[in-house]
Amino acid sequence: MAFEHLHTQPHLGIPGRRPLRAYTPGDTFYEMLIAAHDGLDDEASQRLNARLVLLLSNHIGDLRVLREAFAAARQGL
Amino acid sequence: MLSTYTYPTFSSPRAPELEDAPGQLRRHPVVVVGAGPVGLSAAIDLAQRGLPVLLLDDDDTVSVGSRGLCYAKRTLEVLDRLGCGQPVVDKGVTWNVGRTFLDTKEVFHFDLLPEAGHERPGMVNLQQYYLEEFLVKRAQALPGLALRWKHKVTAVAPAGDGATLTVQTADGEFRLQADWLVVADGARSPIRRMLGLDIEGKVFQDRFLIADVVMKADFPAERWFWFDPPFHPGQSVLLHREADNVWRIDFQLGWDADPEAEKRPEKVIPRIQAMLGPEREFALEWVSVYTFQCRRMKRFRHGRVLFVGDAAHQVSPFGARGANSGIQDVDNLGWKLHLVIDGRAPEALLDSYDAERTVAADENILNSTRSTDFITPKTAMSRRFRNAVLEMARDFPFARALVNSGRLSVATHLDDSPLNTPDADAGDDAFAGWMAPGAPLDDAPVRVGGRDGWLLRQIDGFTLLCFGPTGVDGAELADVPVPLRRLRVRPAGSAGSTAPTAQTIQTAPTTPPTCPATPAGAGPATATFAPTEVEDVQGLVARRLDGRPGTVYLIRPDQHVVARWRRADAPALRAALARALGHPSGDPAPATAP
Repeated sequence: MAFEHLHTQPHLGIPGRRPLRAYTPGDTFYEMLIAAHDGLDDEASQRLNARLVLLLSNHIGDLRVLREAFAAARQGL
Repeated sequence: MLSTYTYPTFSSPRAPELEDAPGQLRRHPVVVVGAGPVGLSAAIDLAQRGLPVLLLDDDDTVSVGSRGLCYAKRTLEVLDRLGCGQPVVDKGVTWNVGRTFLDTKEVFHFDLLPEAGHERPGMVNLQQYYLEEFLVKRAQALPGLALRWKHKVTAVAPAGDGATLTVQTADGEFRLQADWLVVADGARSPIRRMLGLDIEGKVFQDRFLIADVVMKADFPAERWFWFDPPFHPGQSVLLHREADNVWRIDFQLGWDADPEAEKRPEKVIPRIQAMLGPEREFALEWVSVYTFQCRRMKRFRHGRVLFVGDAAHQVSPFGARGANSGIQDVDNLGWKLHLVIDGRAPEALLDSYDAERTVAADENILNSTRSTDFITPKTAMSRRFRNAVLEMARDFPFARALVNSGRLSVATHLDDSPLNTPDADAGDDAFAGWMAPGAPLDDAPVRVGGRDGWLLRQIDGFTLLCFGPTGVDGAELADVPVPLRRLRVRPAGSAGSTAPTAQTIQTAPTTPPTCPATPAGAGPATATFAPTEVEDVQGLVARRLDGRPGTVYLIRPDQHVVARWRRADAPALRAALARALGHPSGDPAPATAP
């Protein structure tokens, strides 16, 4: 599946900063994501995820990106 | 008993201290406790610098079982300096590529050394007992190093000027005094306990089975890691090649596994058969079930007692950051302890050992904890995210970058070290690349004295690396407190040298001389100020260091960059050197009250 608007290459980091190790920004993000769920039961974690999708979608804003993201996530389900 | 290895048994003669008059205490400048890879490396490093070293160990042989297996490029470079790099590379299995599979399909791979022009590979696998055997051999060849087996330290009494140790042997007990004590007695560190010092962190609730098997197999020399393979559903498996046709297979078992039952051949063999297929012939060599923790001591320096390796910090095995970081501890400590004992640097220099290596330990703990959390998710949601990353990794490059089966050991960049002199603002001339103060110097091929060699082989003390003509006159630096070697880098083929051909290339010696060129305690000899010409045969020195005419780098004895300039002068160099020796003001004479 080809995407016109959605980034599928690694894109995490802090603008203007160059990480010493390419894996560090991704690993930092992943640790933050798991930590965001710390102490929540599964039901609360699901609700957190729903809220995250809403917040991040609004932040992205561009409906073309979101349309492609939803399609990409749906693949294989 | 292993089929591929016979354990040596070492012995020491009856301790001469037992004949001393009661109350007489022998005094040693440095005592190292623990003859594992880290303690042996520490003792060798200090002895090579000319210090008399006493190394005590409570056992009489090498590591039982393969244990520490993966030795990283930086460790090999340190071992080169200690005279043991080549035997490790020769006996070990060199690899650079790691592959990660989900089920049976590859989802991600990495290459530890994607570029050429380094002497050493990304990683060499070698059973720990071989490394220890090579280090023991090297230690025994050093006249200033006394290695005592079956000498168990049973009490430590620290004092302002050192520590008094009580040592138990089969023939009796005695006491001795150490001006400085280097503690390398492992993760359970009896000395750390005797001193009542805490080590804090977390235990991971998972168990892993290591099975070393002997077999003929034509798998490539790569690290293979499976998430949820059909032969071990729901868990992870790691495969590594070792020396002597031994293969390590590491099975994740889960917290509820019974460690004793899992070690029995009737449990282990079916697991391996499920993985390798029923036709593959193999023999079990060594089996172990382990758990692990990520933790460190708050401080590694306690007055004149210095903790190194597992005694000071421990990590999960994913990333090979245990023995590799311990050997970097030693690399960091050796030159500092030597200069302090020699009276050439203030004791405060040893605080930088603590500052630099606790930061390194935190980096290792962070990375190995992140890998462990990815490999063994703690909650249902964490598992869902992990599985989503793996499912998406085949189709999406961003997801491949998130697959974390271990981030392998690399040298720590000591960016915030108090010993560094930060770069001056060079405007448009700012340095590109990664060799900022604190960085471990990149290797590169060079030609020195008509022989092909490697840049890192040239650096075993404070070194100035100068590109082209510089504003620094060697005579102006004749009275600095430590020997300072000057290397002048010139472009390939310049200054009338003829380009080498394949037929005329000679290989520079690959083991260092028994002792460094400048003996311990010697003054700054004039000879050290004649620059050595280094031909940058492939232009990689200039490229990796962003060297331009006039650029000068000051390199520490452990091969880390500590200062650099586009235009240098003697006062700036003196100030940087003083700072690198632990004088925080940059003033070479410690401040005294007027």
